[in-house]
Amino acid sequence: MLGLNNRDTRFFLIVIALTLFTPFLLQPFPEGSAMAQFNAGYPDLMQRFAIYGIFAIGFNILLGLTGYLSFGHAAFLGVGSYSAVWMFKLLSLNVIPGIILAVIVSGIFALIIGYISLRRSGIYFSILTLAFAQMSFNLAYSVLTPITNGETGLQIRLNDPRILDGEGASQYTNLFGLDMSSSFKLAMGDYVFTFNAGYYFCAIIAIAAFYLSLRIFRSPFGLMLRAVKSNQHRMNYTGLNTRPYTLAAFVISGMYAGLAGGLLAAMDPLAGAERMQWTASGEVVLMTILGGTGTLMGPILGAGFIKYFENIFSKINDNILHAWFSALPDGLEGFLVTIIHPFVGKGWHLTLGLVFMLVVIFLPGGLVEGGQRIKTMFSRKKNSDAASDVKPAE
Amino acid sequence: MDAILLQTLNGLDKGAAYALIALGLTLIFGTLGVVNFAHGALFMIGSFCAVTLQRLLSISYTTIDPEKTDFLGNPAKIETPYIEGWFGPEIGAAIIDWSVPLAIIFAIPIMVTLGFIMERGLIKHFYNRPHADQILVTFGLAIVLQEIIKYYFGANPIPTPAPTAFKGSLDIGVMIGFDPNAIIYPIWRLIYFVFSLIVIGGIFAFLRFTTFGMVVRAGMADRETVGLLGINIDKRFTIMFGIAAAVAGLAGVMYTPINSPNYEFGMEFLVLSFVVVVVGGMGSLPGAVMAGFLLGILGSFASMNEVKQIFPGIDQIIIYLVAIIILLVRPRGLMGRKGVMEE
Amino acid sequence: MGILEVKGVNKRFGGLQALGDVNLSVAENSLHAIIGPNGAGKSTLLNCLVGKLIPDTGSVMFDGQSVLGRKPHEINQMGISRVFQTPEIFGDLTVLENVIIPCFAKRDGSFRMHAFESVANEAELVQKAQQILSDVNMTDKLDMHAAALSRGDKRRLEMAMCLVQEPRLLLLDEPTAGMARADTNNTIDLLREIKEKRDITMVIIEHDMHVVFSLAERITVLAQGTPLVEGTPENIKGHPKVREAYLGETQD
Repeated sequence: MLGLNNRDTRFFLIVIALTLFTPFLLQPFPEGSAMAQFNAGYPDLMQRFAIYGIFAIGFNILLGLTGYLSFGHAAFLGVGSYSAVWMFKLLSLNVIPGIILAVIVSGIFALIIGYISLRRSGIYFSILTLAFAQMSFNLAYSVLTPITNGETGLQIRLNDPRILDGEGASQYTNLFGLDMSSSFKLAMGDYVFTFNAGYYFCAIIAIAAFYLSLRIFRSPFGLMLRAVKSNQHRMNYTGLNTRPYTLAAFVISGMYAGLAGGLLAAMDPLAGAERMQWTASGEVVLMTILGGTGTLMGPILGAGFIKYFENIFSKINDNILHAWFSALPDGLEGFLVTIIHPFVGKGWHLTLGLVFMLVVIFLPGGLVEGGQRIKTMFSRKKNSDAASDVKPAE
Repeated sequence: MDAILLQTLNGLDKGAAYALIALGLTLIFGTLGVVNFAHGALFMIGSFCAVTLQRLLSISYTTIDPEKTDFLGNPAKIETPYIEGWFGPEIGAAIIDWSVPLAIIFAIPIMVTLGFIMERGLIKHFYNRPHADQILVTFGLAIVLQEIIKYYFGANPIPTPAPTAFKGSLDIGVMIGFDPNAIIYPIWRLIYFVFSLIVIGGIFAFLRFTTFGMVVRAGMADRETVGLLGINIDKRFTIMFGIAAAVAGLAGVMYTPINSPNYEFGMEFLVLSFVVVVVGGMGSLPGAVMAGFLLGILGSFASMNEVKQIFPGIDQIIIYLVAIIILLVRPRGLMGRKGVMEE
Repeated sequence: MGILEVKGVNKRFGGLQALGDVNLSVAENSLHAIIGPNGAGKSTLLNCLVGKLIPDTGSVMFDGQSVLGRKPHEINQMGISRVFQTPEIFGDLTVLENVIIPCFAKRDGSFRMHAFESVANEAELVQKAQQILSDVNMTDKLDMHAAALSRGDKRRLEMAMCLVQEPRLLLLDEPTAGMARADTNNTIDLLREIKEKRDITMVIIEHDMHVVFSLAERITVLAQGTPLVEGTPENIKGHPKVREAYLGETQD
């Protein structure tokens, strides 16, 4: 189906199902229960899962396939956001033109930066991309204020021209009249599920983005990119010009980042320079590595993991901890709360840093490799007599 | 002329900080072949050594003075630092006042130990892994170190003043024959510059004139051969990592009066220091120092109004722009050896 | 007029004259060996042929076209393939993928944006790759990661990667370096078989005289960057100059 073999089709259908049922899946605990704070099924967060998933999928096309580690991809995200907000201001609050422009502009940006940065490889490439991103960030903050509105960030206003919008047009970002923020709530017993227009818009684009990346992975082009990662020397002596391949991968991943930036703006029409800062670039590196570089599912898992941590883990405070351990004797309760306290709430970055380090040290294949190892372990136990060789996972 | 001199001076302190961090990065890269993204965090931890010492010295006990009252009419509480109790008010106050320079002594053992732990506990296992993995794991470590500091010290910058004697500014212009007030320069920045020169000179002398240093330099040039001579180069490299950590830490200690440190303090310097290392030439110690000062001064010139009028925004991007041009035109950097990570 | 014509090539590195006025003519469909003591400039000459180095003066013509100033991938597209001293393969990919890549390079040129096609649909190329792998007796290893192969297998894989492109000129840089005697003999057989089955010109740089005299139809002896003698193996074997410069030490 869709040019995929059976295995990939099954995989793709599972991803579609998971994405469409996210509002259920992320709401596993009934409202009002002690665990309800671990529910993540609210629109804002679900949108982020989809958007950062797109960002990481695109980043993985560069890092996972070619091995080039960019430390400046947030620049493309930021450029995408700015472009989209400008479209919202000038043309229409319909999100389509904004997102299209976001992808185009970030693609052009990626072409220029990639053309220069890809003249070097290894750590030099990382530093070149970092330098370009920091330049963009600094300029967005200072001299480019007429375009970026500096520190305040670019916002939409009531008196924006919006030449395509008629008199009665929505004052919110919308898709042909459907407001991105509109939601439908479904109550089933103690459970409340929220179906948000914005999330489904992002989710459908994310599915398309995933499909494209799946096709790229299986294409001759994807094979060439993996060959770049493996041995550039041999590629050149095999009659292949590596530069256009890496540049194409860079531009594609830059366009994915721009798409993610455009979607961020479509969900919340605001673009700030901090989206371009190198810490933001670092974040997508964290997502991709954490999930599993070069795997199809890894970046999505990594993005979900980090965004979940950022929004849910960071809300656990001492009161909640005390409530959890209240059944234990006082001394033990206090002790456990003290131990856990630094790692949750505002300290979630600490946990993230530690998890990331552990992954780099022990699980270079990320969470996906971890999952596969566990699977292998169990299947070994089951058919320990069969002593069959486990095929290397993809 | 005086404007040029002033901008040169203005660039010196930032340049000195870049040079010190870049020097440490280069030592680590040259000896261990590791790209250390946690080096900025070491700079930051150094600066918090100064903060910690100042706080330790200021730990006080409370006495109640029945004769005085506070504005609510209660008996006034008077906080007296223990140190004033021990050494008398004058010497005690002087010690607190001088806590930043004193923190140098305090910071060296801490930073060296931290460096050893980092190298033995983590970096060692990454010698044979790709540079990308080294960048990633030290990047993770930097996040962890930052968050630990944030947990204990909060997120806000903590003002850490210089000794009273070094506050204020010098009118350098008058000393060398310019008009008064033409070149006003804060005393502490001058001290920072001199301090950095001493540290840099010390490192170079250590590498040049001691047997230890000679072995390390030989190891930087050709690790295998030195290893074949039966010299335990790894142990020396571990020590060099400790020294590099200490240099970053000291750079941080002395920088606190110029910029109040917070937990993200190091990252800004790290990014720029990497650029400095690349411009100077990966693995070249003189290159790192030279490029550090050069870029510091260049940045300061770019922020002159006259320059900004011609090229708006140039002050924001000059350092990155220089790095990009250097990397494209002369990838091994200004003073890099041929073939060291050129491709 | 040979398929490969090297005329008056000079190359200096600083003060060192690596190649001095090298002239070489390789006839089509011959197996031409270049031998010489260490530092004679063999590898430098080879690097000049594939675009890694550019000679200071002189010309290198392949089939009437100059190769000078072209990049390695362009030279490969002209029909020149190269086997390296240590096998250069795609270690992270499977054996079959290793051979499919050169097939694409041959069919689609140095770059093509085939991002929405599928490797699985390229039955013809896959078949071609499988055929060549069966020619070098590697059918049972198609799905292995190339990095896990033995050294001998890596060499055979690299050879397959070159041959699948049906090059007109195959350059081999010490293909038996570091090999055990049995592996060396296998390689000799493999090369002989290739030679018999295909229309192909081979230039081989080799240290091992056993290999050279088993295979070569013509031999050029390089010494200090300059061709000393050229001739058939019989000529070279008995040539006093060559004995003096080189072969004296290896005589049994």
